Amino acid sequence: MPVISYIEAVTQAIKEEMEKDDKVFILGEDVGVKGGVFKATTGLYEQFGSDRVIDAPLAESAIAGVGIGAAMYGLKPIAEMQFADFIMPAVNQIVSEAAKVRYRSNNDWTCPIVIRAPYGGGVHGALYHSQSVEAMFANTPGLKIVMPSTPYDVKGLLKAAIQDPDPVLFFEHKRAYRLIKGFVPEEDYVLPIGKADVKREGEDITVITYGLCVHFALQAAEKLAEDGISAHIVDLRTVYPLDKEAIIEAASKTGKVLLITEDNKEGSIISEVAAIIAENCLFDLDAPIMRLAGEEIPAMPYAPTMEKFFLITPDKVEKEMRKLAEF
Amino acid sequence: MAVEKITMPKLGESVTEGTISKWLVSVGDTVNKYDPLADVITDKVNAEIPSSFAGKIIELLAEEGQTLEVGEVILTIEVEGGDDVSIEQTKKISLETKPAITPTTSDKQKLRYSPAVLRLSQEAGIDLSLLSGTGAGGRITRKDVMLAIENGVPAKEEVKNTNTIMETSNIESTSSINTTNKVLDTYNQQVKPGDTEIPVNGLRKTIADNMKKSKHEIPHAWTMIEVDVTKLVQYRNQIKDSFKAKEGYNLTFFAFFVKAVAQGLKEFPQMNSTWAGDKIIQKKDINISIAVATEDALFVPVIKNADEKSIKGIAREIVELAKKARTGNLAVEDMDGGTFTVNNTGSFGSIQSMGIINHPQAAILQVESIVKRPVIKDGMIAISDMVNLCLSIDHRILDGLVCGRFLNKVKDILENISKENTPIY
Repeated sequence: MPVISYIEAVTQAIKEEMEKDDKVFILGEDVGVKGGVFKATTGLYEQFGSDRVIDAPLAESAIAGVGIGAAMYGLKPIAEMQFADFIMPAVNQIVSEAAKVRYRSNNDWTCPIVIRAPYGGGVHGALYHSQSVEAMFANTPGLKIVMPSTPYDVKGLLKAAIQDPDPVLFFEHKRAYRLIKGFVPEEDYVLPIGKADVKREGEDITVITYGLCVHFALQAAEKLAEDGISAHIVDLRTVYPLDKEAIIEAASKTGKVLLITEDNKEGSIISEVAAIIAENCLFDLDAPIMRLAGEEIPAMPYAPTMEKFFLITPDKVEKEMRKLAEF
Repeated sequence: MAVEKITMPKLGESVTEGTISKWLVSVGDTVNKYDPLADVITDKVNAEIPSSFAGKIIELLAEEGQTLEVGEVILTIEVEGGDDVSIEQTKKISLETKPAITPTTSDKQKLRYSPAVLRLSQEAGIDLSLLSGTGAGGRITRKDVMLAIENGVPAKEEVKNTNTIMETSNIESTSSINTTNKVLDTYNQQVKPGDTEIPVNGLRKTIADNMKKSKHEIPHAWTMIEVDVTKLVQYRNQIKDSFKAKEGYNLTFFAFFVKAVAQGLKEFPQMNSTWAGDKIIQKKDINISIAVATEDALFVPVIKNADEKSIKGIAREIVELAKKARTGNLAVEDMDGGTFTVNNTGSFGSIQSMGIINHPQAAILQVESIVKRPVIKDGMIAISDMVNLCLSIDHRILDGLVCGRFLNKVKDILENISKENTPIY
């Protein structure tokens, strides 16, 4: 089983699905000849041609709109937003059309579109290239939001997203693209959307997170283990709708829960996770639910020192995990 | 201008809370010092809260029907001529006193239990006070409890006791296994259509609590003697009309009985005592509580120093206290300090009854109906006025012998009442 990077897993998943099903096609800015600004679609233009790998104009609303229309007529588009920050002009298409068409038409129409977008900070991207946007979509029934943390999950979940009969937002952490590598089987496999994954078994504290923060938590868990503290780490993988069962199980297991997101805290995905735990786990809780999230400031600062101040870092994660363990 | 607070006053020795039954003032009213502010029901009496200041009512801090602990603020009042310092002072004082309450040890989190810890300890019957915590500030963590469950810890005393009780009762195969369950059963009684539900509050609850406390705590023993009061009846009937005409109220038999009991207590101070755990306190004052029934409640106002009072004085107090009780005007001091209770059960025709001791006294004497009965006197059948005196005693304090002597003393006094040796005044 070869070790590949996070972004290679993206490319592989798309390539394999396009080979399997000629209804699958890509559209987005610079996805064709250039192979994407992050090279996520590299080689696909050459393999599948300009009919199935379409370079779109700089108009996100149109990218989403064309994709949604094509999906409603039976194709399986993979629309790429060059950065998640740029998804805003397409919000109306996604929220009012893609998410609701099945419900609105009483199952006559469906919209099997995947909208991919790189998100997250830590790449000196500042305001327009660092945002986490998942919370904005996470109370729109009809949408699914997948945010994998490992190459293995990327490949299995992106394939599942492409095969899914309904719209899926697939957010890839841009800093993870080349930072995170892992074993990925060459054979075809899919992973279930809507299921969280236990990344590490532990007894003392539970950490529930997603995206790049999963890796920070795993690193910190190694350090904590040296001091005899055992951390149970859950990767949400799908942030909407949430895997309630897994959340309740993980929170009940240790009774001490730390939730991490690199998004701003208030109204974030982990706010909802905290609510689920509060509703279901009162008599198993041994500590107040802790949340570690980005500072409540409008945007990712550009200055490296300030970026570090805003970002979730392995140090911050370790500190909070220790605090919880000591409580 | 300064703002002052009026708090729930302590309206009696053992009174810890009071219920505002009616506000007598509204926000904005101007009151003088000592003006009544509210009617309050306590365990013992209904009373008015007087204003400690003259000024304007700013805020009422309780609803009618709300029960407040003694010392809680019930209203605020704006006082003229004062200065604004007082509130700040109160604040300062409370700020200063607070840290003293907070434990200064590092174990300050030890008694803060998380939901998980409470649930686990209850399920496993673990006494958390026996565990030491490994969490921050000595907090007992969920893991601490789980370890304790695994490794075995001392179980709760209570649990043990319940088990023993259950075992003994199994052996004896009696039906009184678990009182707690029984109590729960009574609370769960069904209400059928047409039944009237009467909420238990105020005095009724106090009466219930006191009766239960007395009956649960005090090992009651009971005895009865019969007394020939023919002479007393003759004497009283002879003078009752002139007494009424002269004094304006009735000369009741009960006054003679109270007087006789007070005299008996003087001779047998053991009867006039109270159980105090590691000691028995014999009371110097002889203060006779008399039971007065109203339609829906029972009061026990007190005739203080009854041994020092004449029969007339006692008769007058009985009339006054009974009147006060029936009109709801008993004051706290009317109820305080009783050392022995005499209950006039004969007034409603009873000839025998087993009184429940008025906690924390040592005994209660029930005076039953005076009835004419054939008795043997000097070898002949005669008709006498007979009365039964029933005595319930706290058997921790008193034994049969002293009670018998006491009763015989009372009997002796009563049987020898006459114009010659029993002055009314």
